[in-house]
Amino acid sequence: MMAVGARFAAMGLALVLAGCASTGAKETKSNPTAEFDKNPYPSTYKPYPGASVALVGATVFDGAGARIENGTVLLRDGKVVGVGGADLAVPGGFTRIDGAGKFVTPGIIDVHSHLGNYPSPGVPAHSDGNEATDPTTPNVWAEHSVWPQDPGFSRAMANGGITSLQILPGSANLMGGRSVTLKNVPGRTVQSMKFPGAPYGFKMACGENPKRVYGGKSRIPSTRMGNFAVNRATWIKATEYRRKRDAGKQETRDLGMETLAGVLAGDILVHNHCYRADEMALVLDMAREFGYKVTAFHHAVESYKIGDMLKANNACSAIWADWWGFKMESYDGIPENAALLQNAGACVVIHSDDANGIQRLNQEAAKAQGDGRRMGIDIPDEQVMTWLTLNAARALGIDQQTGSLAPGKMADVVLWNGNPLSVYSRPEKVWVDGALLFDANDPKRRAVSDFELGQPGEGDVK
Amino acid sequence: MKRFLVSAAVAAIAFAASVHAQDMAIVNATVAVGDGGEPIRGGPVVVRGGKVVAAGAGVAVPAGVTTIDAQGRWVTPGLVAAITDLGLLDVDAVGESNDFGKGNGPFGAALDAASAINPAAQPIAVSRAGGVTRAAVVPAASGTIFAGQGAVIDLGADPQAITRARAFQYVELGENGATQAGGSRLTAHALLRNALREAGDLARGVREPLRSSKPAAPIETGDDLPLPQPTTARNDDVLLTRYDAAALIPVVAGRQPLYVHVDRASDIRAVLGLRREFPALRLVIVGANEGWLAAADIAAAGVPIIAHGLVDLPNNFEDLAATHSNVGRMAAAGVKVALGTFRDNDQPRYAPQYAGNLVALTRLPGASGLTWGQAFAAISSVPAEILGMGERFGSLQPGRAGDVVIWDGDPLELTSGVVAVYIDGVAQPLVNHQTRLRDRYRTPIEGALPKAYDW
Repeated sequence: MMAVGARFAAMGLALVLAGCASTGAKETKSNPTAEFDKNPYPSTYKPYPGASVALVGATVFDGAGARIENGTVLLRDGKVVGVGGADLAVPGGFTRIDGAGKFVTPGIIDVHSHLGNYPSPGVPAHSDGNEATDPTTPNVWAEHSVWPQDPGFSRAMANGGITSLQILPGSANLMGGRSVTLKNVPGRTVQSMKFPGAPYGFKMACGENPKRVYGGKSRIPSTRMGNFAVNRATWIKATEYRRKRDAGKQETRDLGMETLAGVLAGDILVHNHCYRADEMALVLDMAREFGYKVTAFHHAVESYKIGDMLKANNACSAIWADWWGFKMESYDGIPENAALLQNAGACVVIHSDDANGIQRLNQEAAKAQGDGRRMGIDIPDEQVMTWLTLNAARALGIDQQTGSLAPGKMADVVLWNGNPLSVYSRPEKVWVDGALLFDANDPKRRAVSDFELGQPGEGDVK
Repeated sequence: MKRFLVSAAVAAIAFAASVHAQDMAIVNATVAVGDGGEPIRGGPVVVRGGKVVAAGAGVAVPAGVTTIDAQGRWVTPGLVAAITDLGLLDVDAVGESNDFGKGNGPFGAALDAASAINPAAQPIAVSRAGGVTRAAVVPAASGTIFAGQGAVIDLGADPQAITRARAFQYVELGENGATQAGGSRLTAHALLRNALREAGDLARGVREPLRSSKPAAPIETGDDLPLPQPTTARNDDVLLTRYDAAALIPVVAGRQPLYVHVDRASDIRAVLGLRREFPALRLVIVGANEGWLAAADIAAAGVPIIAHGLVDLPNNFEDLAATHSNVGRMAAAGVKVALGTFRDNDQPRYAPQYAGNLVALTRLPGASGLTWGQAFAAISSVPAEILGMGERFGSLQPGRAGDVVIWDGDPLELTSGVVAVYIDGVAQPLVNHQTRLRDRYRTPIEGALPKAYDW
C-alpha cells in the first residue's frame, strides 16, 4: 500500500506543477511533459511478518550518537516502538531476547554499492554498471541493471548487517545516471527490493575515469578541463529544458533532462565520485553556478584537506577507511581522513564500493577510529557508528524512516555478538522492518540466491 | 642498563635512524611468538646482534642491553606478507611506475623480481608502518602462464631489500592460466608440463660441461642458476627460450618451490597430480578458494596453501564454493595455511584484520576459523616456512631475525596500531607520505603561509 501511495503522491505533485504552469502562462492546453509518471517502476516491497521482540540487556548504539548500557529496544509491527535503559518496561506479548554481552545497532547502510549491477560471478555478461558509450548518460537508471539474484546481497547481510544500500551506476561517465536505494531483502524483482519513498540519487564522477574512458576514444573529455566543459554544457541544457518545461513549452519528453531537472529541483540527490580536494572545491562552485547541491562526495580520499569547505557546504564525504595509492588521484589518501573530517565537524559516511568491503563497513569504521585515536582525535564508539547508520541515511534522504533506533522508525536492527567495532564480532541476528532475515544460530534463516542453488557450497550455507 | 619507555625509544629512532642492530630487551609486554601458540603475558623479548635470543615466559633479561618497557603493550614478530607486489610499483594505475605486469616481453619463467624491486617505494614504507617486515614479491603473469621468479625482501629503510632472490617460481593455472595460455586449461597444463620437461632435458644437457670444468655447484635456490653453455645443443622443437628453461631447472629438481595459482577444487587436484610426473616438485598452492572441498587430498599430499581467507563470493565459476570457513576447514584437515595474496586493495597492512576475522569465525555457529595463535602464525611464521625460510624469520623463536613489532593493543584488533618496528634488530622509521600529509593537514586551514611551507 505504501508503494502505491508514494506513486500517487509523486503524480499528484506533477499535476500540481502542471496546474501552476498553465495558470501562470495563461495557457489552456495540457502539458504532456509535466504530467508524466515520475515513478513508473514503483516499489512493490512489503515488509515480511515479524514477531514483537524485546532486545534486553545489550549495549545499544542508537545510530544517532547515543550509547545505552544494559539497554532495551522494542520492535513491533515492523517498527521500533521503544528505546531505553533497563528501566524501560517490556509490555506483554513481546518475545525477550537476552542481549547481555552483545550489542544492538540500527541496520548498517552502504551508500555506495554495485551489487546487482556488477554482480557475482563477475563475468562480462554481468557487467551492467557503466553505460560507457557517452560521457553523460543521465537517462539511464541503475535499477534497470540490478540482478536481484546477486549472491552478494546475502553476504552483505550475514557478515555486515546491511539492511539498506544504494546501487549506483559506475564512474566511467561524468553523469552516470540515476541510482536506486534498496532494502536488503531478497526479491524476485528489483521493484520488490526498492526502498519505499526513497528519493533517487544521481551519480556523477570527477577526475581520471571519465577523461581516461573518453580520451581513450579520442573524444571529449580527455582532460579535467574537458570534464568541466561537458558538465557545464549539460547543466546549461538542463536549465533551459527546465525553464521551457515549467513554461509549458516543452513538448517532447527527454529522459536525461527529466533527471537533470529533478536534480536542479532538489528532488534527486547528487552523489559525486571525486577523489581530489581541489576538484571537489571546483564542483562545489559548479553546483552553485547551476543551483544544485552535492549531497555527498564519494571516494573522497582528500576530504581531510578541505573539511572546513565541506562542512560549510553541508556535503558528506563517503569514504573508505584506508584505501590508498591504487591510482594517481588516490595517492594522497590517508587513514586519518574520517577522524580529521569528524574533527572539522563535517559529515562522515563509510562506504564500500565493493562486494567484499560491504561485508565489513563496521570494521572499516573501527580502523578509522583507531587511526584517529593515534593522532589524538578520540571519537567514541557511538559516534563512529553514526558513520554507517544515520549519516548514511541522511546522505540517501531516508533518515526519517531508518538509520537510527527511535520510536516510529523502521525496525532495521542488528544484534551483534560483540562490539561491532571489534574484529571478533559478527551479526547474530538481523531484522528488516521487524522481520528476522538472518540468524547465525539458525542455519535456515539465511538467504540463498537462485544462482547458488545446487552449487557446491550452496551460497556459503554448507 | 639503559631503560626506555616505548615512546622514548620511538623518539630516539626518529633522529638516530640507526643503521646498527640494537641489543635490547623488551620487557613488560604481551608476547606473541608467532609459532601458533597463544600470547604470553609479561614475557620479555631479547634481541642481540640482530637476532632473537629468547622470547616468552621465564626469559632472563641479560645485563648490558637496552631495556625497553613496553608498558603492557604487545610484541610480536614482524608480519610476513605471502605474495605481494611491494617494490614493483608506485601506483598501480600509473603504468610507467608499474613493473607488476611484464607487458609483451619475450620471457616468462626467467623473469626475476629482484631485478626491479625499489626499496624506496611508498607502498613499502606504508606497509612497514603497518608492521610488515618481510614479504614475498612476484609480478603478475601476462601473456604466459609463468609470472617468473619471486623474491623475498625485508622492508627495512635501507637500499638492500633482498633477503633471497629467485626464492620461488610462480605459475598460473585455472581460469587465469587458461587465459594466459591462449584460452583453455588444457593448453595451460600442456605448457607447464612441456616447460618442466624442457627444463629437465636442459639440466641433463648442462651437467656434463659443468663437471668437466669444475665440480658441479649445487643449484639450491636459483641464486646460482647455471646458464647453459652456448655450445649445449637443444632440440629444434623447444618452446621455451634457453633462459626460461634454465630458470625452471631448480623447480623441476625440487630446489625451488613452485607456487601454482588455482581456486577450483578440480584444479587443485590436477595440480597435486603433477607430482606423479614430476616427483621432486615442491608445490605450494595459491588461492584455493575451493580448497575445503579438497582438504583431505591437500593434507595427504603435504602441500601448503596460501589462501586469502575472506573470499566468500562466487567471483568466477572457479570460486563457486568460496566461503570464509575455507581456511579453518583446511587447517582442521591438517593443511598448512598462510594468508595471502596481498595486492591491489588487499594491502599487506590488512593482514592482521584478515587474520582477526578468522578468529571471529570460531564464535559463529557452523563456521570454521582459527585460534588466535593459528591466525597470527598464518601471517608470520607459516608464510616463512612455506618459503623454506622458517628458520630465518617469521617468529620470535631463538635464532630468528630480530624482526620485532610493538603494537598498542592486540595486533589483530582493528583499532590497534604499530608503535615500533625493528628489522634485523635495527629500529625502523615509521614516517611516510601518508604520515607527512596527516601532520600537515592536522589543521586544514592555512596560517600565515600556504600549506606548502608546512613541512
